[in-house]
Amino acid sequence: MAPLLTVSDLRVGFNTEDGLLQAVDGVSFDLAPGEVLAIVGESGSGKSVTAQTLMGLTRGQNAQIEGTASYQGRNLVNVSEQEMRGLRGAEIAMIFQDPMTSLNPVYRVGAQIVEAIQAHEDVSKSEAEQRVVELLRSVGIPNPEERVRNYPHEFSGGMRQRAMIAMGLSLEPKVLIADEPTTALDVTIQAQIIRLLEQINRDRGLSVILITHDLGVVAEIADRVVVMYGGRIVEHGTLDEIFYDPQHPYTWGLLGSLTRLDQPRPKRLPQIRGLPPSLLSPPRGCHFKPRCPHAFSRCDQVPPLEARLPDAPSHLDRCWLSPDQKRALRLVEGRIGLEAPAA
Amino acid sequence: MLRFIVRRLAGMVLVLFACSVLVFVIFMVAPGGGSDAAARRIAGKNATPQLIANVRKDFGFDKSLPVQYTTMMKKVFTGSLVSYSSQLNVDDEIRKGIPATFSVIIGAAVLWLFFGIVFGYLSAVRAGGFTDRALTVIALVGISIPVFLLAAFLLYYLTFKLTWFPNGDYVPLTQDPISWAKHLILPWFALVVLYIGFYSRVLRSNMLDVMNEDYVRTARAKGLSEHQVRIKHVLRNALIPIVTIFGLDFGAVLGGGDLVIESIFNIHGVGYFAAQAISNQDLPPIMAVTLLGAFFIVFFNALVDIAYAYLDPRIRLGTDAAGAAAA
Repeated sequence: MAPLLTVSDLRVGFNTEDGLLQAVDGVSFDLAPGEVLAIVGESGSGKSVTAQTLMGLTRGQNAQIEGTASYQGRNLVNVSEQEMRGLRGAEIAMIFQDPMTSLNPVYRVGAQIVEAIQAHEDVSKSEAEQRVVELLRSVGIPNPEERVRNYPHEFSGGMRQRAMIAMGLSLEPKVLIADEPTTALDVTIQAQIIRLLEQINRDRGLSVILITHDLGVVAEIADRVVVMYGGRIVEHGTLDEIFYDPQHPYTWGLLGSLTRLDQPRPKRLPQIRGLPPSLLSPPRGCHFKPRCPHAFSRCDQVPPLEARLPDAPSHLDRCWLSPDQKRALRLVEGRIGLEAPAA
Repeated sequence: MLRFIVRRLAGMVLVLFACSVLVFVIFMVAPGGGSDAAARRIAGKNATPQLIANVRKDFGFDKSLPVQYTTMMKKVFTGSLVSYSSQLNVDDEIRKGIPATFSVIIGAAVLWLFFGIVFGYLSAVRAGGFTDRALTVIALVGISIPVFLLAAFLLYYLTFKLTWFPNGDYVPLTQDPISWAKHLILPWFALVVLYIGFYSRVLRSNMLDVMNEDYVRTARAKGLSEHQVRIKHVLRNALIPIVTIFGLDFGAVLGGGDLVIESIFNIHGVGYFAAQAISNQDLPPIMAVTLLGAFFIVFFNALVDIAYAYLDPRIRLGTDAAGAAAA
């Protein structure tokens, strides 16, 4: 099937007092209809900026945006603000990390969703309100006829995120971008929200871009995974490829730092040593080099993002090590991980 | 919401009672000197012994303090308080002054809110640009000039030198609206410059804060126009703190700025009456005006609280909805 959204060589930089901050550095991916694509990475990896750029939310005087993001024949990077406004919410909707602050505290929840509908469709308020009640019901808010008149502070965190999802669905968009939708919620609520997203994806055939740093969430719902580090994609593959045959040391580190219930508990949770690179003055060559115990001389050049496994043409990574070396190096105490660098 | 209003108004009555006791204590008890001294203060500077004796009997200064308090309040509220210096009924004088005083302060309040909000909004929307910088300079100049100095300058140059505006006095609105406004333009201007500068600065910084809120990003993400986002989401939330300072400032003008302005511009309102009474050490009017001022300050603060609850639903405690928040 032809992709719904094709991002190619997207670059987003911000001019700051300290120089150009290259938040997104040549990112390319496709999104197929009905697919759940996870973008994984730690804070500052550029995943949120990538997503917000698709919505035109990073535009500004100090932003430099290059590359293309084509959606149904339109390039989201350079469509007019007017046209972008028509797409926001209606074609591409977004839900955010912190549901506690994402709704305006002074308006009723229902009114805020009605506002979204009326921004795009010429419908009466009562008609829109009727739709909102049904939407709230469909995202599992009990008693929606009354809840629609509540203010955000009368909702719990999980209910607010459900309301945000209802707002996202209100205009039946084709793409839903969920920017860390479960990060601010407690674990039981996280599971409910993920199940809701899964159900929406299945029932409505909605494509989802899920931005997260939580591989547990990814494992539950994603079809394909993009791993980002320092503004670049370092690995890109199907869920199974990323989880069972990871090629990039950063991905090993992410997988290795997961705690697993089916294995003996380690004394100390494994971690990736060091800090993410400064995007104002990123390291030369591979951005992960300073934290990588397996770095060697060739890592001073940027490895291209390409398929390195003959039997998996869609599994891309950005690491100079050979597949055989990777298979040997990624095993730490019998499971995938990133060994601590020799002190 | 109704329960909130009722509770707030009940609280207001308590505060006013406390104010009246305080006024009584400050003027009648705290200075000391016994019943003669108290009667002498009420009777005025040039009172005869006969008058002092009458006042003492009349106000019950030889009785216990609670009786003195009730006698005093009865006089205030039945309008039988008389200034012994001028032989005028205090209640009548205040009643006569109120239209002028309300014209000055309510007109000024409308002007300063309107221009404060417009300038603050423009400053915030064009933050960093020329409009913002120009408004910043104007606001700082406005905040820095003392009211009495600005008023004196306006009076000297625009009234005496250029004779563009009438010198003082007050024309009732019902009699001649144009003349009413003409007489009040300079007092309003002198009074509002400070507040316009101050409010536009406060609103500007509030709006810049609100613009970074997540819900503003949500508003953009649902496809609202920039104008809708600014008015409905940014300005609406940034106005809430403005309401608080407005309640305080309105009270401050009533009790302070208005006295200065009415005296300088020779407007015979309540402020002028109070200023005259203070300089003559004429206690009955001073007490009545103090109580009146306290009433309006408390009343406007109650209004502000109610407006606040209307503007910010999280404040409406005691309504049924508040219980659901814990869920």
